[in-house]
Amino acid sequence: MFEELNDLYQQVIMDHSKKPHNFGTLAGANCCARGQNPLCGDQMQIFLKTEDNIVRDLRWEGDGCAIFKASSSMMTDSLKGKTRGEITQLFDEFHAMITTGEIAPNNHLGKLEVLSGVNRFPARVKCALLGWRAAMSALEGDHQPVSTE
Amino acid sequence: MHGHPLIYLDNAATSQKPQVVIDALTQFYRCDNANVHRGIHELSNRASAAFEKTRERAARFINASHSDEIIFTRGTTESINLLANAWGNQTVKAGDVILLTEMEHHSNIVPWQLLARRTGAKLAFLPVNGDEGLLDLSRLEDSLTSNVRLLAFTHISNALGTINPLVELCEKARKRGILTFVDAAQSAGHRRLDVQELGCDFLALSGHKMCAPTGIGLLYGRLELLDDMEPWQGGGDMISSVDFHESTWNKVPHKFEAGTPNIADTIALHAAMDYLDAVGRDRIAQHDSEIGAYAFEELERLGKVRLFGPRNQRAGLVSFLLHNIHAHDVVTFADRQGVALRGGHHCTQPLMKKLGVSSTSRASFYFYNTTEEVDRLIEVLRGIQKFFGE
Ligand SMILES: Cc1ncc(COP(=O)(O)O)c(C=O)c1O
Repeated sequence: MFEELNDLYQQVIMDHSKKPHNFGTLAGANCCARGQNPLCGDQMQIFLKTEDNIVRDLRWEGDGCAIFKASSSMMTDSLKGKTRGEITQLFDEFHAMITTGEIAPNNHLGKLEVLSGVNRFPARVKCALLGWRAAMSALEGDHQPVSTE
Repeated sequence: MHGHPLIYLDNAATSQKPQVVIDALTQFYRCDNANVHRGIHELSNRASAAFEKTRERAARFINASHSDEIIFTRGTTESINLLANAWGNQTVKAGDVILLTEMEHHSNIVPWQLLARRTGAKLAFLPVNGDEGLLDLSRLEDSLTSNVRLLAFTHISNALGTINPLVELCEKARKRGILTFVDAAQSAGHRRLDVQELGCDFLALSGHKMCAPTGIGLLYGRLELLDDMEPWQGGGDMISSVDFHESTWNKVPHKFEAGTPNIADTIALHAAMDYLDAVGRDRIAQHDSEIGAYAFEELERLGKVRLFGPRNQRAGLVSFLLHNIHAHDVVTFADRQGVALRGGHHCTQPLMKKLGVSSTSRASFYFYNTTEEVDRLIEVLRGIQKFFGE
């Protein structure tokens, strides 16, 4: 019935959404932020431990749709061990992919590319970006909750 | 829609528009377009007459005793803001209470929060009894304390499908000298409303949820109350005379309609009201109740679903959650099969918090929806459950 959605809801995405990685709180976190999508009520909290400009560890908690959960889960996998500069660049690449579908050559997206189908579902772009916006806000030390609106 | 016939089940958000309404709009712009209440010329007279005729039609639609009791607004939200300002600012004092219910739409919460902030008044809420979505009426008498100035509540909940006992609520409030406001956004196009029989003091509705265009709605208020209220917006049309430093107000209802109104959509509202009465609002109410009950039962039979709102005497909408599948995913999947649902908090975040959910999926029906469409919805939901391994 839903062949055309197989692309958006690939098995990897379903797996992450059902069993999200790095889920929970983090003792000793030094950056954290909240994010929410006011339209649909998705909300999350992210906790990062940074050291020498590098994200050593991170966890997240929240509730929302499969795309949001999978994207947040995969993001936490890919941010671990990266520097702030690397993360900013990765965010730009991810943002471009999700909003326009463009994937730059020599990018650093790796496994995150399975989310590229989101750009064809404009109503779901916010879901895929919520976790990222919260992470960027935590790294910038911005303590206002981020909102996708 | 995505290669499937459209099944539009988002009528609580806005209804589809019949041809007669679209025709009324184009007819006005093609043949009768002019400003109202200011021209001496024939075209303006024509526009003014059609505009004021809609006021009379609207009064008949809700059985107001006088057409001056109808104030045109952009919709329910603007009506409530008008009330909270024009009535609230001058009547409500620090320590007074505005009594609402836990199932109110944001538009019947936030304007009162703003009023409370301006005046030092407080808000109180009649509780909802959980997923069943009924007001806990055992708490009503105790909640109607001497400092309550207004009981403001929704007739039909857009998030639960509950139909509140309007007559009882208005009567209990009136006995204690408390004014009542009814949010009829979800009911006006779905059942007969008689403000005199119901005994409410104020009532609001939105045209776009009852076959009319967006951007037009109304506030009904009892004439003696409106007479005592101050204007809330200043400008043309609402004055009787203007000096550099002082002005005097036009009479009700024009006192509350500053500036050029939404003429074309108002005239199209007339066509929508005629249309609904030709279909028959009693028939629509009957159809709502049958299709609402059918959808509720079929969802229950589908299984692995959490249903919101009462089992009996429900409106034509059903809010639900499939186990372990988020409302957004459900809406995306249903959309791909041509079924338009709503997923989210339905502008009732406090209610969602109380129920312990962040969102629900909602199917909301109108007179043109059929039980076959409900069957198709159930088939699609079954497919979604299968896809998600539920
Ligand atoms: C119960 C209820 N009240 C108020 C509103 C607000 O109506 P509008 O957005 O037309 O002003 C709605 C619409 O969603 C509603 O369902």
